[in-house]
Amino acid sequence: MIDSTYILLQQYWWLIISLLGSILVFLLFVQGGQTLIYTLGKNESERTVLVNALGRKWELTFTTLVTFGGAFFASFPLFYSTSFGGAYWVWIAILFCFIIQAVSYEFRTKPNNFLGHRTYEAFLQINGLLGTILLGTAVATFFTGSQFSVNKMNLTNIGNPIISSWQTPWHGLEAALNLHNLSLGLAVFFLSRILASLYFMNHVNSENIFARAKKQLLYNTIPFLVFFLTFVVWLILRDGFAVNPTTGQVFMEPFKYLHNLTAMPVVLGLFLIGVVLVLWGIGKSLLTNYFNGIWFTGIGTIFAVLALFLIAGYNNTAYYPSTFDLQSSLTIFNSSSSKFTLKVMSVVSLLVPFVIAYIWYVWKSMNSKKIDAEEMKNEGHIY
Amino acid sequence: MTDSFDLSVVDWSKAQFALTAMYHWIFVPLTLGLGFIIAFMETLYVKTGDEEWKRITKFWMTLFGINFAIGVATGIILEFEFGTNWSNYSWFVGDIFGAPLAIEGIMAFFMETTFIAVMFFGWNKVSKKFHLLSTWLVAIGANLSALWILVANAWMQYPAGMHFNPDSARNEMLNFWDVLFSPVAINKFLHTISSGFLLASAFVVGISAWYLLKNRHTLLAKRSIIIASVFGLLSSIFVGLTGDGSAYQVSQKQPMKLAAMEGLYQGKEGVGLVIIGAPNPSKTYNDDKDAYLFKIEVPKMLSILGYHDKDAFVPGIKDIIEGGYTYKNKDGQEVVAPSAAQKIEKGKLAIQALADYKTASDSGNKEMMAYHKKILDENFEYFGYGYIKDVTSLIPKVPLVFYSFRIMVGVGLLFIVFFALVLYLVVEKDIAQKRWLLRASILMIPMAYIASQAGWIVAEVGRQPWVIQDILPTVAAVSRIGVGAVQVTFFLFFAIFTTLLIAELKIMFKQIKNGPKEGGH
Repeated sequence: MIDSTYILLQQYWWLIISLLGSILVFLLFVQGGQTLIYTLGKNESERTVLVNALGRKWELTFTTLVTFGGAFFASFPLFYSTSFGGAYWVWIAILFCFIIQAVSYEFRTKPNNFLGHRTYEAFLQINGLLGTILLGTAVATFFTGSQFSVNKMNLTNIGNPIISSWQTPWHGLEAALNLHNLSLGLAVFFLSRILASLYFMNHVNSENIFARAKKQLLYNTIPFLVFFLTFVVWLILRDGFAVNPTTGQVFMEPFKYLHNLTAMPVVLGLFLIGVVLVLWGIGKSLLTNYFNGIWFTGIGTIFAVLALFLIAGYNNTAYYPSTFDLQSSLTIFNSSSSKFTLKVMSVVSLLVPFVIAYIWYVWKSMNSKKIDAEEMKNEGHIY
Repeated sequence: MTDSFDLSVVDWSKAQFALTAMYHWIFVPLTLGLGFIIAFMETLYVKTGDEEWKRITKFWMTLFGINFAIGVATGIILEFEFGTNWSNYSWFVGDIFGAPLAIEGIMAFFMETTFIAVMFFGWNKVSKKFHLLSTWLVAIGANLSALWILVANAWMQYPAGMHFNPDSARNEMLNFWDVLFSPVAINKFLHTISSGFLLASAFVVGISAWYLLKNRHTLLAKRSIIIASVFGLLSSIFVGLTGDGSAYQVSQKQPMKLAAMEGLYQGKEGVGLVIIGAPNPSKTYNDDKDAYLFKIEVPKMLSILGYHDKDAFVPGIKDIIEGGYTYKNKDGQEVVAPSAAQKIEKGKLAIQALADYKTASDSGNKEMMAYHKKILDENFEYFGYGYIKDVTSLIPKVPLVFYSFRIMVGVGLLFIVFFALVLYLVVEKDIAQKRWLLRASILMIPMAYIASQAGWIVAEVGRQPWVIQDILPTVAAVSRIGVGAVQVTFFLFFAIFTTLLIAELKIMFKQIKNGPKEGGH
């Protein structure tokens, strides 16, 4: 018997995960900014301003990543079990990038910091470069698939009770060798630099940095468009992992993701509006002295990425497909938590608007004045 | 199928998780307690307008920030290691365990993250009252975060509010409040956060004592000592009370852990509590060797602490392995304890019943499904025992748990006396003249850390081999990755955590040496 409430809850939680994922991509401007510190900051004073402009936001990105992981665990534990335990090296590499980021802001300028400030800046660069590319590459496997098998009843095999098994010895590294995956990874990397340039233009009070950021905006927009269009065109042309809603059988369907967009006009609209907003924010900032482009491009990023997540999981699609065994693919129905847990979590999710409201209020209070070198001299706590 | 995999991956995965947890636990307790101490200090600043309190607040805030950053770095690994290294676990209990982690993110992490920016950078950007509110919210957020992760941990020690669903082959939540308010969870939360308060108080007293010894920043030092010694004294008393509650819960829910904590092999009525002793390292559960090389004990005290009855029977390791004694089960009924061998048989029955249920389900045979489900339900409480091959693997490392327990309790009790003495001297006398106490105060900082780590060893090593008590042993919870991969990541994490710890200590020492005027940035 179909339990429509349960299905609704599963859809709802895929929406929440997608929203968290898309907000995370927007907040990766911190990572993009870290890779621009030396490009935009020509002396120590400028670099300090840039680091501090990012330093007051890095924990927000970090927390969103942690919450994205926690929410995924709570709502779709089979994904957590299969992907993290299988694509071991990719996730460990991502985690490593974030460990070294977490201390770098606080330790960078502290006296007697053991590794020297250049090392902490290098940590920030590594986090910005590898963190974004690897996250984008990992998410791309939602469309391209991975080689794993899942059999929950393996629990009854006392000698080897393993539910999920990765079927390549590379444990996730193979994803980085797939050009389609890599195109998304690189698109995310250049997008994070675009967002960072716009953020600096918005928040740093320096004509020199504004001019350099504008130049970087152009330089990063070109490769971003190349990789993003490569990913999207490839995506809408490729076969996708469809699910028979009656039997639960997974099968390959030509143009599946294109079909998903046309079958869900709201999602298609979201995607197109998102892309237009991204381009509008970039274009207006490039052509005029506009400094609020971050909001257009940021919101556009959230819309476009949200749409990509939704076509990965909605409309009878396997969001974490297995190319080794199609029937091991994960769907939002076969990998979710129980109805009761999703209900409990849904009640908790009512707190999210409240959380967003206080984040917005604090952001507004703290960013009411642009950051500049003068503030760095007077501020008691700087990075 | 009876194929098997390299069992050493279990040991390396355990080692990696222990490494991460213990490094993380170096930094978390200070965050839990120092957050409140700073909030008290800033409250005094706002109430009195005395700029010295602001200077004091900002100084401790600087040390808080250094410690907080590395706590964040080690914390993210813990969350994801449940997936990377314990993938079976993630599915088998993810329906229950994942929820607290997600709630922790939504409810606690965002609160901490958002308001910590105001706390550090908002002095000149927001009103005094909003800044003070932010500081309190950071402290509350940190402790809320502890609540959710400790609820999750307590559930692993005492699984409550759930049932096993054979169709999904996992445990599913039935009652959220049973998970949140299980007696183990409440005790664990209160005991753990108050131990963090104690540690932070010792940290503040110790550093302030150093300033007094050096005759520097004496006003800051004396004011800090007053705040921290009051907070520390109250916390250390509370640690003792909740510790008593924890011991009671352990005796009811995890008798093997209690037996290991005491090095008790042969149970009896009216068991004493060993105050000082040395367990015999060559002792096995079924030989006739003495359990202790020597011991000094308080008669009947273990029965009193564990069962609130001076003549209560406390089962030893041998009793738990061989069964036959009576105890109260979850429903409060007096029952005869089965032996470990019988539990293993029941566990195997449950596992086989799950396999048979699936076969019956695939063929649509509802009658057989009901039959096998009945067997599964009847034996499920011993499900995890089905994976146990050797009964001796059910015994935790007795000497490690025994000594860790004594270090934790001994140092914890010492702190009650210590804080009381410090408070008396700082209020009634001139503590700056008591140089022996000032020196001792510095030594008490590492003592607090040692006791805190020892507490985690008791809690976590004491429950081995279980990930989920009685339901899932580590051997059935681990991910299928090569042992080489886990070895590489173990050493990678070891190197990076150690490097960052050295950096943290060097920065911290330098900031302390510089003091409040030159401190900060």
